[in-house]
Amino acid sequence: MRNYLNIIIAYSIMMLLIILVGIFQSWSIALTIFNYCMISAVMTLGANIQWGYAGLINFGIMGYTALGGLAVVLVSVAPVPEAWSVGGVNMMTCLGIIILMIFSTRYILKNIPKSNKRNYLIAGIIIVGLILIKIIAGPAIEQIEAVDPAKTGFLGGLGLPVLFSWIVGGLFAAGLAFIVGKVALGLRADYLAIATLLIAEIVVSIIKHEDWLARGVKNVIGLKRPAPYEIDLQTSPWFINLVEKFHSTKLDLANSLSERQDILNQLVIDASSVYVKLCFAGMFLVVVIILLIITQKALYSPWGRMMRAIRDNEEAASAMGKNVVKQHLFIFILGSAIVGIAGAMMVTNDGLFTPGSYRPMRYTFVIWVMVIVGGTGNNFGAILGGFVVWFLWVEAAPIALFFINLFTAHLPETNEIKVHLINSAPYFRFLLVGIGLLLIMRFRPQGIIPEKIIKQ
Amino acid sequence: MDLINAVIVLLNYTIIPALTYGSQLALGAIFVTLIYGILRFANFATGDMMSFGTMFAVLLTYYFQSIGINFGFLPTALLTIPFAIFMMIFYMLIIDQTVFKYYRIKKSPPVMLAMVSVGVMFVTQAIIRIIIGPTDRRFLDGEKFILKATEFKEMTGLAEGLTIKSTQMITIVVTIIVVAIMFWFLNKTKTGTSMRAYSDNEDLALLSGIDPKKVVLITWIIAGILATIGGILYGLDKSYRPFVYFNNMLPIFAAAIVGGIGNPYGAFFGGYVIAFAEIFLTYAYKRFLVYILPESLEPNSLMQLLSTDYKFAISFSILVIVLIFRPSGIFEGKRI
Repeated sequence: MRNYLNIIIAYSIMMLLIILVGIFQSWSIALTIFNYCMISAVMTLGANIQWGYAGLINFGIMGYTALGGLAVVLVSVAPVPEAWSVGGVNMMTCLGIIILMIFSTRYILKNIPKSNKRNYLIAGIIIVGLILIKIIAGPAIEQIEAVDPAKTGFLGGLGLPVLFSWIVGGLFAAGLAFIVGKVALGLRADYLAIATLLIAEIVVSIIKHEDWLARGVKNVIGLKRPAPYEIDLQTSPWFINLVEKFHSTKLDLANSLSERQDILNQLVIDASSVYVKLCFAGMFLVVVIILLIITQKALYSPWGRMMRAIRDNEEAASAMGKNVVKQHLFIFILGSAIVGIAGAMMVTNDGLFTPGSYRPMRYTFVIWVMVIVGGTGNNFGAILGGFVVWFLWVEAAPIALFFINLFTAHLPETNEIKVHLINSAPYFRFLLVGIGLLLIMRFRPQGIIPEKIIKQ
Repeated sequence: MDLINAVIVLLNYTIIPALTYGSQLALGAIFVTLIYGILRFANFATGDMMSFGTMFAVLLTYYFQSIGINFGFLPTALLTIPFAIFMMIFYMLIIDQTVFKYYRIKKSPPVMLAMVSVGVMFVTQAIIRIIIGPTDRRFLDGEKFILKATEFKEMTGLAEGLTIKSTQMITIVVTIIVVAIMFWFLNKTKTGTSMRAYSDNEDLALLSGIDPKKVVLITWIIAGILATIGGILYGLDKSYRPFVYFNNMLPIFAAAIVGGIGNPYGAFFGGYVIAFAEIFLTYAYKRFLVYILPESLEPNSLMQLLSTDYKFAISFSILVIVLIFRPSGIFEGKRI
């Protein structure tokens, strides 16, 4: 029990902070923060598996998040029949060509010894394939994008339930991680960081600019939800009854029937948004708990011990007969898949897919701050990091505003410095997170909840 | 005649812009490579440090303009360079003393330092946004063009015009001067040689009496000069916006690694490789081909290999290819 005391204390403080937000700002805001904390926690769990377990640095979190989001669109949106009829065949042919290219390259790599001839053959396949794709896909893309461009202009998805897309998001991310891992995992740590960052940028720029796939920067809105819609809740009698019961004392204070109805309407509107967010919170909590159990089990299994051995001394581990390259690739895929799930969860929560919003600042560096601050190598620490840093990231502006007002209280309202500072309050979040990271790295490099190694 | 026109088209739309952009990248890449070679970490605050120096140039330019100082036909920003460099070096040294020094003395692994530089990146970005805000700012004044398209057409009687913006000329000239001085310094002076020795083999360098403090100090000073000038040149040519500078970090990294990280010559070259690749692969060749091909073969489409949206992606793809086939870069990396 004593071992877990600091974890319990840290989590209680975090929950208390969120509850305080609920009391002083509103429950809706508190739940929004809580949901995003949970999504961040899943992302940090993924990054923590790579960095904490295996010492692999992955700055490409943004790319996997974006792919997870893309999965939501491709799985849950209803297909666009017009787009399929004008360009579906061509796009499928292109997919076939790509698969053919991959398999023929593999075949050549396996069956022809390393030589210039092999290189030319592969280069030839790639060039011919790209030209074919350009010729076949070019007109099809134009036609697809011309189908009602204000609303669709893309192939659409499969129209399946949205929860299914969380798994698909994980699979997409795993696929990308396989390619990235094959390409970049042999690199030194800081090269790997840069390479993964840049590959993520490539992925995001493809998602952004291939409009036929997911409308690109035109965004996909109105995605399906696994939770009920507010509008439906507000008109369903059971929900109104529930709110009535819940707030019966408050409603009894009303003087007249019409006043009572007004109050009830307002309460129902508030409650519906809280209810929807609670539904999401419940689902996210399930995901977080499942992942936590799996990662905890994995960490203290023989496999987890082997990963730590590889992390701490690669040569020794490989001398003991452990396949370092294979294990690195495996853990890279595993961590990325978890990040992909988080990306899908986030888009589901927002109900819209905005490729333009995927920026390295928010989706790579902030996540890394979470991992470092929370505690590398410790899953509880990673989740806590996600909570703490996201909380700071969101609440930094109000906190900064409070302090600015405090320190400039003696200045008149029109003072230039005061106005300037108040206008730049949103940017204090960078300062807060940056200084937080620097302080943690300096004085507690192992994070708030450090890694714990159970001696057998 | 058609051939000359074709060459002019190419010169106007690809070669001159690529040289300009390449120079800006090259300065940044040498900055990255110096930090990597001597201080031994990948500096993720690169873009924001460049932005920090440029911010002072922008503010000082506004100040100079308000009190009526200008630089004739040249942009006022050139006058502010020394002051901006001074502020930049001052900031870098403060950061080094308060943040990086601790890890350097502790001999932390490079990844740790890279992570710390992420923290510096956040803080720098915050300071910049609090001081100057995130908006787009233009601070170019003086003559905009050295050669206008219409003048050129009148002069030569060609159908195609050649435009040379003054910022393009300034960028190329200033880059050549700065890089030449820097290479002279690194190769010919005693301090420069000691820096190279320190980068090659730290222990041996210390053994032969090289003062590490001095090497670090000089490195930050050179880094400050390169970062500020690179940032100002980019800002003059395009415009100043903190977010764009942060993003520029990525092609700069690509340039440094493509050239062979740790090797300033490689970084210089890498900047141009990235710039030329980006512009040559996204340029629509239709106008060029119209001149050199016979009429029957004239292309209908734009003859563009990739849409300009993929400009950044190209430099990253080049980097990935280099990393797979020649991880030490085109020139052997990790030497100064």
